[in-house]
Amino acid sequence: MSTSETNTPGMNTSETHAPGTAGARAPLPPPTRAEYCVIACAEAWRGAGEILASPMGLIPSLGARLARLTFAPDLLLTDGEALLVGPDGTPEGWLPYRQHLELVAGGRRHVMMGASQIDRYGNQNISCIGDWSHPRRQLLGMRGAPLNTLNNPTSYWIPRHSRRVFVEQVDVVCGVGYDRAAGLGGAARFHALGRVVSDLGAFDFATPDHSMRLASLHPGVSVEQVREATGFALTVPDEVSRTREPEEAELRLIREVLDPAGARMREVPEAARG
Amino acid sequence: MGDKTMSADEVVSRLQSGMTLGIGGWGSRRKPMTLVRALLRTDITDLTVVSYGGPDVGMLAAAGRVRKLVTAFVTLDSIPLEPHYRAARERAGFELTEVDEGMFLSGLRAAAHRLPFLPVRAGLGSDVMRINPHLKTVTSPYEDAETLVAMPALRMDAALIHMSRADRLGNGQYLGPDPYFDDLFCAAADAAYVSCEQIVDTAELTKAAPPQSLLLKRLAVTGVVEAPNGAHFTSCAPDYDRDEEFQRLYATTPWPEFAERFLGPDEEAYRAAVRKWRKEQAR
Repeated sequence: MSTSETNTPGMNTSETHAPGTAGARAPLPPPTRAEYCVIACAEAWRGAGEILASPMGLIPSLGARLARLTFAPDLLLTDGEALLVGPDGTPEGWLPYRQHLELVAGGRRHVMMGASQIDRYGNQNISCIGDWSHPRRQLLGMRGAPLNTLNNPTSYWIPRHSRRVFVEQVDVVCGVGYDRAAGLGGAARFHALGRVVSDLGAFDFATPDHSMRLASLHPGVSVEQVREATGFALTVPDEVSRTREPEEAELRLIREVLDPAGARMREVPEAARG
Repeated sequence: MGDKTMSADEVVSRLQSGMTLGIGGWGSRRKPMTLVRALLRTDITDLTVVSYGGPDVGMLAAAGRVRKLVTAFVTLDSIPLEPHYRAARERAGFELTEVDEGMFLSGLRAAAHRLPFLPVRAGLGSDVMRINPHLKTVTSPYEDAETLVAMPALRMDAALIHMSRADRLGNGQYLGPDPYFDDLFCAAADAAYVSCEQIVDTAELTKAAPPQSLLLKRLAVTGVVEAPNGAHFTSCAPDYDRDEEFQRLYATTPWPEFAERFLGPDEEAYRAAVRKWRKEQAR
């Protein structure tokens, strides 16, 4: 869990831009739930190497940029439109949508998508709720979820862990889960789900049948609370880990460089969870 | 070489009910909204619309002009869910072919290349196959014998596109960061109608911008319409950003009320109505 927290460009930025931090620093207030979520998302890209990180949503985006500034310096990031940009926003490449779709097919990418529903094998739905032919609630549509899940590692971010999201069976399979991939043979050889991060913890599929497992609890969350909020039988290991503590340098990066306005607190409010 | 300039009304006079119509841009970005508004002023209906959907789809669906939609998503970008599209879907207002973004691209390419299909990995294992029973798979004839989706060509009767600049011959130029898929829409359609912010002399096209910004070749373009602000309220970088306030108004106003207020007898009436609304906002 140790990170190369010194001498990265981001750290230097933090040093120079944070006001009143020249000498000894005041102790930092403890990490918030939102900040544990950022750390847990960042960990999705640990060891990913020189690939494109495609975070969708605010907290995954903070996580990817944090990883880029600390332990995963070779990651590529976009400006959310058509440019590849460095941590300071300097363009280093061009990635319009059509090249992005081609890059997905080539596999050098790890995406973190949202999910309106996700099941125990990692099948994900962002299309609609109810019967597809006459939906109760129309959502985004398939988007690139089928493409993503069959071509490059895919993780998920769920800001409000509940039985409405973690369901026994999703209404429409957009992102392909392990049970579905198992039946596809060679065509699924690039299928890999990374982790699912929610406001309660982090989850993975490191079980014999690739069903979802509790990987780590965010501090202040109980196993019971997670079970309560999950609509399927979750594998819980005998010894449950805690989401790791952010390094001090990571906290400073999140608070002073990446999200000084505190937008992360709106996505995961501190008081929302007991 | 023929002058292809025409008015938006002339473009839609060449379209008919029942056609398959491709619409360029992406989400709420560089959509040919002047042409869509002109279409809404006709009684053309029963359309099959092929689009990376945004307010183009929302408006046509709200107005009941869509028989069938082919898409991977419909979004207003800054407003993730397109409310009029949503409402139409929730009342099962039209047929839907919902595929993945990459499958959609392969469908455009197949049509542009005059191929019946292209193999893609995307779609396998997902419900794309369940909700589109017409989709078939194809098995590699080589040793791998891999089974893939045979994405059928998305051939269209006509495509509607909006560009930054064009000349009178149909050479079209984008000046923003992303071409989207507009050249493929043109190549995949029997006729392609291009509106642009400004029609310029051919020599002007490469005076300030590099030749690779010339996305559309005249051989694939049927008609050119000069339509300043013709993507409004979607974005058309670098000429203008999305009109977020107006998009919010569109998204929160019941469709009949919005149509009544903004879809007057012509595009000038639209502009005047937007100006009037803006003045009211400024007070």
